Amino acid sequence: MLTRYARRRYVDVIVRSACVLATLVALIPLISVLYYVTRRGIGGIDLAFFTELPKPVGESGGGMANALQGTLKLVFLACLFGIPPGVMAGMYLAEFGQTRFGKWVRFSADVMSGVPSITVGIFVYSLVVLRAKHFSAFAGGVALAVLMLPTVTRTTEELLKLVPESLREAALGLGVPQWRATLRVMLRTAAPGIATGVMLAVARVAGETAPLLFTAFSNPFWSSGFNEPTASLPMNIYNYAVSPYEEWHRQAWAAALVLLILVLLLNISARLLVRSRVGAR
Amino acid sequence: MSSASSQSKISRPHQRKGSSSDDKSRWDEVSVSTVVPKMRTTDLHAYFGQVEVLKGISLQIAEKQVTAVIGPSGCGKSTFVRCLNRMHEVIPGARATGQVLLDKQDIYQGDVDAVRVRRRVGMVFQKPNPFPTMSIRDNVLAGLRLNGERPEDPDAVVEKMLQRVALWDEVKDILGRAGTGLSGGQQQRLCIARSLALEPEVLLMDEPCSALDPIATARVEELIHELRKSYTIVIVTHNMQQAARVANFTAFFYLGKLIEHDRTDVIFTRPKEQRTEDYITGRFG
Repeated sequence: MLTRYARRRYVDVIVRSACVLATLVALIPLISVLYYVTRRGIGGIDLAFFTELPKPVGESGGGMANALQGTLKLVFLACLFGIPPGVMAGMYLAEFGQTRFGKWVRFSADVMSGVPSITVGIFVYSLVVLRAKHFSAFAGGVALAVLMLPTVTRTTEELLKLVPESLREAALGLGVPQWRATLRVMLRTAAPGIATGVMLAVARVAGETAPLLFTAFSNPFWSSGFNEPTASLPMNIYNYAVSPYEEWHRQAWAAALVLLILVLLLNISARLLVRSRVGAR
Repeated sequence: MSSASSQSKISRPHQRKGSSSDDKSRWDEVSVSTVVPKMRTTDLHAYFGQVEVLKGISLQIAEKQVTAVIGPSGCGKSTFVRCLNRMHEVIPGARATGQVLLDKQDIYQGDVDAVRVRRRVGMVFQKPNPFPTMSIRDNVLAGLRLNGERPEDPDAVVEKMLQRVALWDEVKDILGRAGTGLSGGQQQRLCIARSLALEPEVLLMDEPCSALDPIATARVEELIHELRKSYTIVIVTHNMQQAARVANFTAFFYLGKLIEHDRTDVIFTRPKEQRTEDYITGRFG
């Protein structure tokens, strides 16, 4: 018969191996996506990809410069429409969120973060596109902003709540009005964390396709301003991948790789922001 | 009077203040009722929701003296000082009734701005709380800057205030570093400098040493001796020895009531109330 200690060690080994194994299984899709996209996409990436417009079917070469521009445009609009109300709503929840209204807002934000992105697309379609009677980058930006809003709101709220209340007291004790204490002490202290959360939210919406299907739509040419249909990397990946042309498949992979790198860069800079904050302490 | 040694200890604040023996004999004549009050509370009640924490406090705070507030945990001493600069009402559900005079003005009157009161009545908290996003220098200036003021010569203000709290020599070469990187005792002195930069008339200290080690505590106590010359100080303390060391007057609170308020030497040597004596002799609390 095993002693208790031996048995405990035995159980420890089994559970630990199971955990390591599960980790490896979880890593498989992650690594293979990265590997596969890189292997298939790297061939399609050249200078033309970043500088030229798509060529008509049958002609080789060409690029996705317009889609790259479109994605940046959409992300810019999403930030413009999504971040200010999100951060302000988060501040409201952190400061006055214990009221019935606050609880209701928090609950709807939680529900909204679970709403399928295609639903948001339809919503913006009926709200903006049907009224304007045409697709536009503007509509796409609105859709992405709506998608981002709950994440930004809740991140801001959570991070503001992490700031010790003693700092607010310190500010109020110095005769600083409440609104200034909130803005210049609480928000300022939470700012690096909030920026990180916002960046992660941006990274998430940058790769969204469904909400763009019937808002920003797509465009084989440059779009000028924000009022025209706009190409975007995710939409182009979708259109090119379902096409029957080999050349387009190649470009879809290249676009997927570029999108992946873009999201990765956003993620990395978010982590760096956190690290620089810890380093400053 | 218990013993010669404790007697000399208790009268130390007085000895530091004046050197002439004339002063000393006059001190014996001083009582709570004869000093000039800087602040005065009348029938002050404070509540957290339905719970009444202060049950009618009437107390005078002597000008340019140190008044210690002592009492067992939960007796309302922190709440009391927070009422003196209207910080009590910052807590959700908290409110206060009664009268609190600062000079001749009732700070609880409808048209008085709490924010203005807090500039005249500064506060130092139990845990040192420098702003983590600011350097040592910026922490000293924080009160001014957050109030939208631009001092003409900020460097002079920083040096003056850090000198005043005896921190200048320790930090003059690292003014750009984060205030949170200092030791606990240094942080607390930085917080005092931050309060003093606003040139308050009264300084409230809510257990300023309870998070500090004995050496840092001694430094802060020395500082209190210095500050007493220019400011009216109210200090909440758990530590009776500390009250005896730093305060000219001591108020004993118990269960939300003011039991006794007198000169510190009187409170510690010949208290009038049985409960005061029981508390200072360690029979409860």
